[in-house]
Amino acid sequence: MRIGVLALQGDVVEHEEVLSSLGVDAEEVRTKEELSSVDGLIIPGGESTTLMKLLEKEGLDKAIVVRYKEGMPIFGTCAGAILLAKEVVGKGAGNNQSTLKLIDMTIKRNEYGRQVDSFETEVELKGDVKPLKAIFIRAPVIERVGLEVERLAELDGRVVVAKYRHCLVATFHPELVGETRVHKLFLEMIKDNQQ
Amino acid sequence: MEKATYTIKTGLARMLKGGVIMDVVTAEHAKIAEDAGAVAVMALERVPADIRAQGGVARMSDPKLIKDIMKAVSIPVMAKVRIGHFAEAQILESLKVDFIDESEVLTPADNKRHINKQEFKVPFVCGATNLGEALRRIDEGAAMIRTKGEAGTGNIVEAVTHIRTVREEIRKLRKARPDTLRRAAKEMRIPLVLLRQTLRQGRLPVVDFAAGGIATPADASLVMQMGVDGIFVGSGIFKSKQPAKMAKAIVEAVAHFQDAKKLAEVSEGLGEAMPGIEMDKLDVKMAKRGW
Repeated sequence: MRIGVLALQGDVVEHEEVLSSLGVDAEEVRTKEELSSVDGLIIPGGESTTLMKLLEKEGLDKAIVVRYKEGMPIFGTCAGAILLAKEVVGKGAGNNQSTLKLIDMTIKRNEYGRQVDSFETEVELKGDVKPLKAIFIRAPVIERVGLEVERLAELDGRVVVAKYRHCLVATFHPELVGETRVHKLFLEMIKDNQQ
Repeated sequence: MEKATYTIKTGLARMLKGGVIMDVVTAEHAKIAEDAGAVAVMALERVPADIRAQGGVARMSDPKLIKDIMKAVSIPVMAKVRIGHFAEAQILESLKVDFIDESEVLTPADNKRHINKQEFKVPFVCGATNLGEALRRIDEGAAMIRTKGEAGTGNIVEAVTHIRTVREEIRKLRKARPDTLRRAAKEMRIPLVLLRQTLRQGRLPVVDFAAGGIATPADASLVMQMGVDGIFVGSGIFKSKQPAKMAKAIVEAVAHFQDAKKLAEVSEGLGEAMPGIEMDKLDVKMAKRGW
């Protein structure tokens, strides 16, 4: 199984470390060629405006959508979740920013506040009794999800982990706190896809 | 629910990796930086090249300017305080800036001590020219390090020197015997466990950017290839002939720092970079500030 981590900007190494702890090698993806050889793609945390610009410049935005439509699973954390949302609301350049539009949801950037409002907490992952460590850093809030979107974890009534077809998103960073269960879920999605 | 933990502070720095943080002096600049793909902006009144040229005491910026910039962009906003000036830091924290830079580019307020950064909710970034300086700042609570070049010069030589210094010190100490390590920690005025942790990881234990003297996409690639996690560009963008174009080129250069073909492409037709200065022509070496 070859898992790509989009390595244009953000906490790439942290995702690679989680994958490696699960016995999977990660491949860094910066070009269309590198994208073409992976079975699944992780879009890490980072700055969503920066990431989108770099994707567009490389033509990777269209290439990712094509590969997704062919069945390649994608997992995005925080900025990665923003990039996968159908609609983004927020101020300035954050409002209406272009995204890959792969999951039917509306996401609002920086909705918890600025960095001093960032927080750590625990959330319940559907079907798992042990709570999940969740760290929200200048995190977005999912305001609306489509009817077909699975709500895998919620915080105060708002979805924080969602799944739609072969697309998985978390608005927090499991990769920063040694939490491997969301990544495991993603690996299962890839295995299912390969069968 | 917990806030302002060390993981949260260092976590924001991790999100900035592979990115470019740009100095901006107006909300308009901040927008240009955001549009070019900056991961954050540093709000200040004068870029280092102007501080250098105009002289005088350089202080924290007017809160009005910082607030305008915070309103203008959706990316994180950083702002600078003078070394040791904890009152300026308290003011910036009350404005809710996302990161505070305790910076040698401003005129130091305390020539013995740095700010006790653990007392703050906002994460701090601090400059360093060697391993001891970096680890002292981390011990004081810094969530991120800038390996210092010489700000406002457009000359990369000092950044290269200091990045190499830190790397070589780590490499040497990794082979050292326990008693040598204890002595080194004592000389550096840092806890032995912090030094041990650093040597185990083989790098600084927090995100480390290069700052000072970066003026071209090639400069950006050079320091990235030497192993830093990202870069700050101060005067290099808004003192160049075509700031928006230069900003975009440097962002791409950092994302694709190992791809020489790409670097050639983005370096083409950028016009003049900022005017540079040789080190022996300098009256003030800002990088020397910090204790």
